[in-house]
Amino acid sequence: MLRNLFANYYEAVSVILFGIGFTTLLLNRNMIKKILGLNIMDTAIYLFLAAKGYIFGRKVPIVTGSVPEPEKYINPIPTGLVLTGIVVSVSVTAVMLSLTIRLYRRYHTLDIDEITRLVKEEK
Amino acid sequence: MEFVCNFPFFCIVLSMATGVISSVLKPKAAKALSVILVSLSCICSFLVLGYTIKTGSSFTYMMGHFPAPFGNEIRAGILEGVMASFFSVIMLLSLLGGEKYLKVDIEEPKQNLYFVLVDLLLSSLLALVYTNDLFTAYVFVEINTIAAGGLIMIRSNGHSMLASMKYMIMSLLGSGLLLIGISLQYDLTGHLLMENIQTAIAGLAKTGEYAVPLTVIIGLISVGIAIKSALFPFHAWLSDAYGFSTASSAAILSSLVSKAYIFLLIKIVYRVIGTEVFWNSKITNVFFVLGVAGMLFGSISAMKEHDMRKMIAFSSVAQIGYIYMGLGFGTELGVVAAVFHIMSHAATKSMLFVACRGLSEVSGDKKDFSDLKGAGFRNRIAGAAFSVGAFSMVGVPLFAGFISKLYLTSAALELMSVKMAVAVIVLAISTILNALYFVRAVISIYTPRNEHYRDASFRPGKTFCGGMVCFIGINFVLGLASYPLIIAIEQGLHMFW
Repeated sequence: MLRNLFANYYEAVSVILFGIGFTTLLLNRNMIKKILGLNIMDTAIYLFLAAKGYIFGRKVPIVTGSVPEPEKYINPIPTGLVLTGIVVSVSVTAVMLSLTIRLYRRYHTLDIDEITRLVKEEK
Repeated sequence: MEFVCNFPFFCIVLSMATGVISSVLKPKAAKALSVILVSLSCICSFLVLGYTIKTGSSFTYMMGHFPAPFGNEIRAGILEGVMASFFSVIMLLSLLGGEKYLKVDIEEPKQNLYFVLVDLLLSSLLALVYTNDLFTAYVFVEINTIAAGGLIMIRSNGHSMLASMKYMIMSLLGSGLLLIGISLQYDLTGHLLMENIQTAIAGLAKTGEYAVPLTVIIGLISVGIAIKSALFPFHAWLSDAYGFSTASSAAILSSLVSKAYIFLLIKIVYRVIGTEVFWNSKITNVFFVLGVAGMLFGSISAMKEHDMRKMIAFSSVAQIGYIYMGLGFGTELGVVAAVFHIMSHAATKSMLFVACRGLSEVSGDKKDFSDLKGAGFRNRIAGAAFSVGAFSMVGVPLFAGFISKLYLTSAALELMSVKMAVAVIVLAISTILNALYFVRAVISIYTPRNEHYRDASFRPGKTFCGGMVCFIGINFVLGLASYPLIIAIEQGLHMFW
């Protein structure tokens, strides 16, 4: 059990990071920290994918010049997935941050429970 | 390959392009373009449906120049055709019905942006229905989340911004789980196209290798989608999101966004994981328990509400519970009933939200029961639509809700286990609870009070009337002529493997 964890330490670390990000996004009351949590969560998944695509001792999958030999390169698909995922995560982060700015301008706090209270009083 | 096979791809790309163009148009032009787009997507989806029924088989459409297993694919069968046409029709009617209120609820300079979001949402809905690639599904799930968050946010008062924040947070938790589920799955099988994954997973299940990771993957994907579609314990965001957004947004969100996720889940069950592996994984029991709990607690929360829109929103929690209970039976009949309930609930709930906005319009823009008394006399078409919707939710014969309850019950009776007893009893209790609060709502809108709200010059808008009449028509069609649809759903499910 422990030996498996050490052999796959990239994956183990990424799952731990995923947990940290997930709980921060779920439980933290500060909206900026929530967004940080979201990014930690997403980045953990990208670490996982990148670690899975890497094959020890092989090169970046960019073909230069000579005839391509697949066994010299790492698996390019997870890298592609990570790139797509980064684009998605950046756009979601942008939406969340803009929403946070608008809520902050209106209520002058980042605490989501406090905002909930203020909104209820507004009626 | 026939020309009609291009239509799913055309619809998706066209709606994205329209979204981009709409951002620089005037509100009126953006609206016209959006309505044309949604109508076009209706026609195209019906043609695709007709083609798949005629040929009796599904087709895959290669995206780009790389054939499977490397490239990306779109796939369309009968069920995809049914869902795409249905989603487009409901979207069109919700837009038309709530069109008048968009001008009231949204600031003038932002009105064209609303249609940008609608176009984006349509493209992501269609892509979720048609995609044959799991990672593409994830990307469009996120686009869907952003567009839906925008639809709530655009009303830009404190309530809707907070509701949108809460929606985004819960939804992103769900997509995080979905993404890590897909990544683990890729790690295990090395594929992203649905057929290839299913072959690999069937092989793993046969040898019994990687049993624990497989269960973890099924759990992560299911829970991720359950959070996004507001299954019972994850429904905290729902009442505010539906209650404070504009009428069209609430209709679209409740009837299309959450339903598209459930349809994606059904697609994953059938085409990625495989029904046998999924039904043996015991996650169906979790769905069953949470669905049953949702049916009860959603109705109880709805009974406690004094705000009509929030009451309808909480009733959605109960109805989502019905759908997950159908999936939780772990039989094909259960899935057929669940798919039919997706459609009947989508048609009914969007009608209720738009009708409720029409009723509150003639009650000084208030949503409380005390203010809405007598609103059925002041806006007759909205009152009629609301009553039809309420009866359908309760499950009165003639209406769509009755058929889905009938199929859910017959699927339950087929089981012969503890689940059967629980399901039938809870269905009965939930029907009574539904009746209690919906009949109360109907009685209160037809109690002749609040004469001071009466405005003799009031006329409901033409598009509103048209939308309501079509909604009522769809409800009766689903309630009276459901058999061909059920057959189509069954055939579509058979095409899934």
